[in-house]
Amino acid sequence: MTLRSLSADNLTCIRGNRLVFRDVGFRVEAGQTLSLEGPNGAGKSSLLRMIAGFLSPASGTIILSSGGSEIFDGEDRGRYAGWLGHHDAAKPQLTPRETLLFFASLYRIAANIDAALDEVGLGRALDLPSQYLSAGQKKRLSLARLKLLDRPLWLLDEPLAALDNAGKALVAQFIASHCASGGIVVVATHEPLGVDCSRLTLA
Amino acid sequence: MNPFSAILFRDMRLATRAGGSAALALAFFAAVATLVPLGVGSDLKLLSRIAGGVLWIAAVLAALLSLDRLFQSDFEDGSLDIIALSPLSLESLSFAKLFAHWLVTGLPLTLLSPLLGVLFGLPGEGYVPLMASLAIGTPAVSAIGAIGAALTLSIRRGGLILPFIVLPLLAPAVIFGAGVVLAALDGLSNGAIWLLGAFSLVTVLLAPFAAAAAVRLNLAG
Repeated sequence: MTLRSLSADNLTCIRGNRLVFRDVGFRVEAGQTLSLEGPNGAGKSSLLRMIAGFLSPASGTIILSSGGSEIFDGEDRGRYAGWLGHHDAAKPQLTPRETLLFFASLYRIAANIDAALDEVGLGRALDLPSQYLSAGQKKRLSLARLKLLDRPLWLLDEPLAALDNAGKALVAQFIASHCASGGIVVVATHEPLGVDCSRLTLA
Repeated sequence: MNPFSAILFRDMRLATRAGGSAALALAFFAAVATLVPLGVGSDLKLLSRIAGGVLWIAAVLAALLSLDRLFQSDFEDGSLDIIALSPLSLESLSFAKLFAHWLVTGLPLTLLSPLLGVLFGLPGEGYVPLMASLAIGTPAVSAIGAIGAALTLSIRRGGLILPFIVLPLLAPAVIFGAGVVLAALDGLSNGAIWLLGAFSLVTVLLAPFAAAAAVRLNLAG
């Protein structure tokens, strides 16, 4: 699943009968990062949900080019997307190891779970139920899952929130290595990421 | 493990772990079924006639208790977004979830029902029909419940609306289910068990599609 580019034209987003944004377009090539910026309520999260295929744009098109084919359909595009959202997607009763094992089998991925957790600094919390993890640790768990699930198009919504400086550096390192391997990253953020990226400002 | 069983085992594990809904549903079922003989009095003839109906109603209410969180907890903590992007279709997801719900509620309720039948003085010939009707009918409860749960997944306190959507649709299951037990007590044979089976089969086959459509709608919201 090698990507070539992700592009969007004339996107309009309407939520609850209110126009959130219109005439938004961008193009990201493989190996690049696009940073979505703008004030609260500008539609950054909505745009990410559109790219993931959860939300249909009121008008406009999103095209993902992969290999020789162009993908227009939202749900097909979702099969390429790795998602890191506001919420941690960690059940309080399950340990980080159980959480990642579940998602790995859901995505048909056989990988070393412990190594993935170790990489994000959760090596000592493998078997601690997630209800005892701090907000930052849960974000690290999300990062480990994002990397483990190995999707070429990363959609990140405020990945730096709740993380300490080392965690923020880890996000930058993950994004850089994902881009280096030919992936695409679209990230909504209020803080500087610390990686080379093009910017799209939603008014 | 394939994606389908990943969902199945994870939902079962969550339901049976501390704070899960499985034990709660069983306890609720037992509590309601125990209260009825206390309220109705010691007329054994009356109790044995209403046993099937009361146990069926208690089973439906107990199952309903654990249904509202079927999709909602995954929606609230963001799991549903990541599950929706997985190779598993939303239809298969819905089927895995309703199957898991039946395994941790419908099946244990069925196995517990003969014990509660004793409280009602249910005659010997009533036990097999009681268990058979619950075994055949409770999948329909999980299936229709899954549709309701998917429709209300983004509504706060959606569990309060759920009964209004689900209970009217479950009336056939209660009618046929209680009818199976009553017919056996009267030594009659009616077609209730076949109608119950047909109802269960149709709802289980259709529910994954309806629930998936509702989840899709809610993910966009």
